[in-house]
Amino acid sequence: MSEYLIEVQNLSKVYGEEQDAMVYALNDLSAKVERGGFVAIMGPSGSGKSTLMNILGCLDRPTSGAYFLDGRDVSGLNKNELADVRNQKIGFVFQSFNLLPRLSALENVLMPMLYDTANDLSVEQQRARATEALASVGLEKRTHHHPNQLSGGQQQRVAIARALINRPPLILADEPTGNLDSKASVEIMDLLHQLHKQGVTVVMVTHEQDIASHAGRIICVRDGKTVADGHCSDKTL
Amino acid sequence: MKLNKIFRVAWEGLMLNKVRSFLTTLGVIIGVASVIVMMAVSAGAEAAIAEQINALGANLLIVSPMRGVPGAGRTLLYEDALAIGEQVVGITGVSAEQSPATQTVKANGVTLDAIAVVGTSADFPSVRDYPLAEGVYFTSADDDRKLKVAVLGSDLAKDLFGTDSPLGQTITVGSTKLTVIGIMSSKGVVADIDYDGRVYLPINVVFQKFMASSLMNADAVRTIYVKVASQDKIESVTTQITSLLAKRHDVDATKPDFSIQTQQDIIATQQATTAAFRNLLAWVAGVSLLVGGIGIMNIMLVSVTERTREIGLRMALGAHPVDVQTQFLLEAVILSLAGGLVGVLIGVGGSLLFGALGDMRTQIVPLSVPLAFGAAAAIGIFFGYYPATQAAKLDPIVALRHE
Repeated sequence: MSEYLIEVQNLSKVYGEEQDAMVYALNDLSAKVERGGFVAIMGPSGSGKSTLMNILGCLDRPTSGAYFLDGRDVSGLNKNELADVRNQKIGFVFQSFNLLPRLSALENVLMPMLYDTANDLSVEQQRARATEALASVGLEKRTHHHPNQLSGGQQQRVAIARALINRPPLILADEPTGNLDSKASVEIMDLLHQLHKQGVTVVMVTHEQDIASHAGRIICVRDGKTVADGHCSDKTL
Repeated sequence: MKLNKIFRVAWEGLMLNKVRSFLTTLGVIIGVASVIVMMAVSAGAEAAIAEQINALGANLLIVSPMRGVPGAGRTLLYEDALAIGEQVVGITGVSAEQSPATQTVKANGVTLDAIAVVGTSADFPSVRDYPLAEGVYFTSADDDRKLKVAVLGSDLAKDLFGTDSPLGQTITVGSTKLTVIGIMSSKGVVADIDYDGRVYLPINVVFQKFMASSLMNADAVRTIYVKVASQDKIESVTTQITSLLAKRHDVDATKPDFSIQTQQDIIATQQATTAAFRNLLAWVAGVSLLVGGIGIMNIMLVSVTERTREIGLRMALGAHPVDVQTQFLLEAVILSLAGGLVGVLIGVGGSLLFGALGDMRTQIVPLSVPLAFGAAAAIGIFFGYYPATQAAKLDPIVALRHE
């Protein structure tokens, strides 16, 4: 097994067909993330970090280049295969939580299991696992609450529990504290730290320096390329 | 992903907007219910017609003057009926009938106005499958002798004599005194004719007493009913009567001044009319089902747009496009099947209610239930397919960003 969970080589993403009108969202970008790492991706808007995040999340495919996730090249997979990879390998945490308001916290957490074709757990076992996941984010007493009955921080914790339910090796967090106040932000970062300590690889996109500084490593992206790896100073941004 | 799980997701989606889901199904409910009710109404009308025509008597040929031919109204004569009785092979009876204007009937101190009088031959009860309840019918000898006798319809007998026996009593019809010799059994109202409220007289008495002044040919008859011995002889008897009457009337048998109909002919004619009516109703019901289907498609398209973010989320979490497609297709099918089910209940209930309350007779066509229900399911699939496919085509990145 490769020591890197994520390995992208010469990744390019081009929009537009005409030679003159081609826009390189990513331009020959290469990067690696070791297993168990905690990495922040930073970059100004238009830098290509969103495109990179979408490709890392298997929501989009690169125009050229290779993407090895957990030892498998996923750059050429079709929609259904990508959906299965997302389901099994990646837990998503979004800036706006993306919980379904009509479902309880428990039902929201259960959702990824619904699309897990390999899963043959009984309904009771699934619910037990979802309850466990909610307990791990400190919401064991909120399982039957609906999102509108929870604070922003609590909602994001439900989302993290949902990201963990299929036990993926990778958590992808896109501005996870972007909609939260500073107290809740600290809680969420603590939670991501905990997960990191438990061996989950965490990749996080943020534009906030102090949030990024929680990560062990910062990759800076600009004009579709990595401009710095390890530490981003204000100057490089 | 298993179908039962997707079913639950689809159900949740529908419960999200209960009122809207209900209003959407309303179109299908109305469509399905109207298919069933309309088929029940037209089947009821057909059955009523067939029953009325069969009530004329079995294996009956009806000979009447050809309408639209000048003078034909007076061309069918009593002698024609006698000639049929004597010369045609394969018949068991002939009854000529003539009805004069309605008359005032007096008896037992009671006076009734506007009573229908019917002159018939002696074979009338057997030819028309209309037996007597009491007494006897007149014989052909009585008829020939113009014997002043009368047979009463059952209601008329009650109206005139109450609980007393009318047999042997004298009644006055118009200005003619007649002796009551029999009472018909109850037949009710068939094809708008109240059989029980009429008085039946020998046809020759009618000719002599009620028709003489009004017509040049006082022995013209309105209809000759011929009872055929069995079903398979109907064709041969029809041919015999055609050539006999053509010869007697001195007309070409291919252009007769009379018509011969069987009950089957009449039923077929009537059914052709009701079939046109039924087809129209079926179109109306079909159109309302179609409108219901379009309503479902409309709402599903709105629903897909409203839930774009949810679709994006489900895809991000691992839903295959086909899972999303199935979810929305199932929503449409559940809506239309629920509408179909409620529509069947309302349609069947409505048909029974119409039949029980109104004069309209209804008869639920068993085939209409699976037909309407199947049409509802087909509509759900047909009109749900496009919105579901639109949902499945969404790009999760774009869908997740949708506000």
